Amino acid sequence: MRRISPSLGLGLLITIFLVGVALVSLAWTPYPPTRIDILHRLAGPSAAHWLGTDPFGRDVASMLMAGAHSTLAVALIAVAVGVGLGVPLGLSAASSGGWVDQLVMRIADLAFAFPALLTAVMITALAGPGAVNAMLAIGIFNIPVFARVARGAALAAREQDYVVAARAVGRSEAEVMLYHVLPNISAVLLVQMTIQFALAIVADAGLAYVGLGVQPPQPSWGRMLNDAQTYIFRAPLLAVFPGLAITLAVLGFNLLGDGLRDHFDPRMKER
Amino acid sequence: MGRLIVCTLAASLALPFAAGRAAAKDTLTLGMVLEPPGLDPTAGAAAAIREVTYANIYEGLVRIDAQGKVRPALAASWTISPDGLAYTFHLHSGVRFHDGAPFDCSVVKFSYERALSPDSTNAQKGLFEPIAAVACPDATTAVVTLKRPTASFLFDMGWGDAVMLSPASIASDRTNPVGTGPFRFVRWVKGDRVELERFSGYWGQAPKLARVTFRFISDPSAAAAAVMAGDLDAFPNFPAPEVLDRLKADPRFSVVVGTTEGKTILALNNARKPFDDVRVRRALAMAIDRQGLIEGAMSGYGTPIGAHYVPTDPGYIDLVSKYPYNPEAAKKLLAEAGVKPGTTIEIKLPPPVYARRGGELIAAYLEQVGLKADLVPVEWAQWLEGPFRNGDYAATIISHTEPRDLDIFAREKYYFNYKSEAYRSLFAQYQAATDPTKQTELVGALQRQLADDEPVVFLFALAKVGVWNAKLRGMWINSPIPANDVTGVSWAE
Repeated sequence: MRRISPSLGLGLLITIFLVGVALVSLAWTPYPPTRIDILHRLAGPSAAHWLGTDPFGRDVASMLMAGAHSTLAVALIAVAVGVGLGVPLGLSAASSGGWVDQLVMRIADLAFAFPALLTAVMITALAGPGAVNAMLAIGIFNIPVFARVARGAALAAREQDYVVAARAVGRSEAEVMLYHVLPNISAVLLVQMTIQFALAIVADAGLAYVGLGVQPPQPSWGRMLNDAQTYIFRAPLLAVFPGLAITLAVLGFNLLGDGLRDHFDPRMKER
Repeated sequence: MGRLIVCTLAASLALPFAAGRAAAKDTLTLGMVLEPPGLDPTAGAAAAIREVTYANIYEGLVRIDAQGKVRPALAASWTISPDGLAYTFHLHSGVRFHDGAPFDCSVVKFSYERALSPDSTNAQKGLFEPIAAVACPDATTAVVTLKRPTASFLFDMGWGDAVMLSPASIASDRTNPVGTGPFRFVRWVKGDRVELERFSGYWGQAPKLARVTFRFISDPSAAAAAVMAGDLDAFPNFPAPEVLDRLKADPRFSVVVGTTEGKTILALNNARKPFDDVRVRRALAMAIDRQGLIEGAMSGYGTPIGAHYVPTDPGYIDLVSKYPYNPEAAKKLLAEAGVKPGTTIEIKLPPPVYARRGGELIAAYLEQVGLKADLVPVEWAQWLEGPFRNGDYAATIISHTEPRDLDIFAREKYYFNYKSEAYRSLFAQYQAATDPTKQTELVGALQRQLADDEPVVFLFALAKVGVWNAKLRGMWINSPIPANDVTGVSWAE
């Protein structure tokens, strides 16, 4: 068993913390996240309200907790959409070669030509705002990413001796891909998933910021940031906390991704 | 960016010539939250149309001034027959439209008959309904005969809906407005701005400003940033009240808080369940803390109302305490009406901040009485087409900026689907009353009837929070009708 590097450890810690907070928020938050209390609006951090209250008197800590839940859910589904559709596409491109490969990859190239966030904005603007559409919009631009990564890794793996051996004993191309190639490229995919997860969090916050993500009254980090904007001179902390939450989440998943990549990299072995 | 470079270039070219003596500034850039759907106030209900065109591009026979009083406009004077049925307007002579067409009595006849015709697209047909006939004894005299005495007739003819359009231009006024006003339409860059310039052939006193630009910025933080950066000279209806304290402290700006006719309501579709039940509507009125709503959504700028009338209107009575904030009583009333806890109410939210922020607060208030709100943000055009025109909504938050518009609740077809014979008969009596005491009494009865039926939840009257350059003179402080009348605006030396 190799040692866990500091970046992997920190990334794991932040990720576990965020997932924990999101899970806890399902059962408990200090206050109901949508409960308003106009008398105590725009209060600073205190024992009663750890991170203060927003312009409606809602508890910022509770909103951030509930926001963690919605952000992680959106990112998780979005990445799952990307993996679920992108990986099979990439694997079939790698195994078929020829025109199928060409077709899939050119379509992926085409998809890459559009800036990811812009595509997501366009899709949600067309399909209407909301959590489900945000998941799909972010998921769609994840598909070519995973298709390309899966294809590249599979092409390399196909030439390995164990794959050649499997093919030699008469396994079909599909079985080879599923039972021999996929398990061996799973580390690469896992690293890509954490990176895409971090990007999905930024995309979710961005969509919510422009009003296209999770709809009110359900809290979301991006919208909290937007709402805080005009209050920046009266209650600057309002913008700081959701900003920190987004930064922390992105940092956590990026560290995790970096750490995992180093961890699985054969060249890093036996150091 | 391109524009910036051009501006800098122009400025540097102009510099040597301007070196002698700096001329007083004669341009104005003014911010608005909503972009108008068109520029013809006789064919659309949106207040934004009037906020660009009223008094600037188009004029009527009479006009409403900054104090809400009726003043002469295209009619220099008028007389009313003793029976209150015949209005004789003496028109200014030599008036021309921006396209060169002459304005005379035939235009008055054309305009009023057009508004009255069965296929009229006028949003306020009711204002013209009392008119029996328009006659033209000569080119500068218009005699309007009414079916019955109508106390509000002169005021009504001062609305943006009663302005004079050049008959040749009516097909294109939506995009290329042609009026008699002191400013001429130059261009409309969709999604960004409308530009006007001084009309050299204006019949009256020429305005001080040579060019006026209306810019449309719906995002409150972008609006605040544009004002603070000096990109805008004025934002007469400023959408970010929470930054006012900072702007007040800044000597570059004047912050002026006035009143409007904007009655902000939670409109309910009375034809849909459960809003057909008066108990549900009353329960909603009790579930919402109006003062809290004003604090939370408008930073305290606004006045609670209890009916479709604002405190500055003649004959206002205070009905705010009719449904005091009481979630427990609201819950009980909802249970009585058979509305199950957890029932979801869809609320459509147009772009203004009172609706978007107010909607979030109202959702939280409804949650306290066991209802769930499904908030659906809509664009302005969608709102006009869906809820307003087709009645396609359950609930929506909207501010009615038309002055003293008690008539909308008496209409046969209106998006509230409020059908009260009692109210309609009271309204007919009010319209026909000529005695001021009787009028005041009836206008009180109308408000009481509304508060009793609560066809919509009356929330608050919008404040007019204006922010403009401290050197700007002549901006309207209050908003007795929707307008950004810049004809009297100038820059201090």
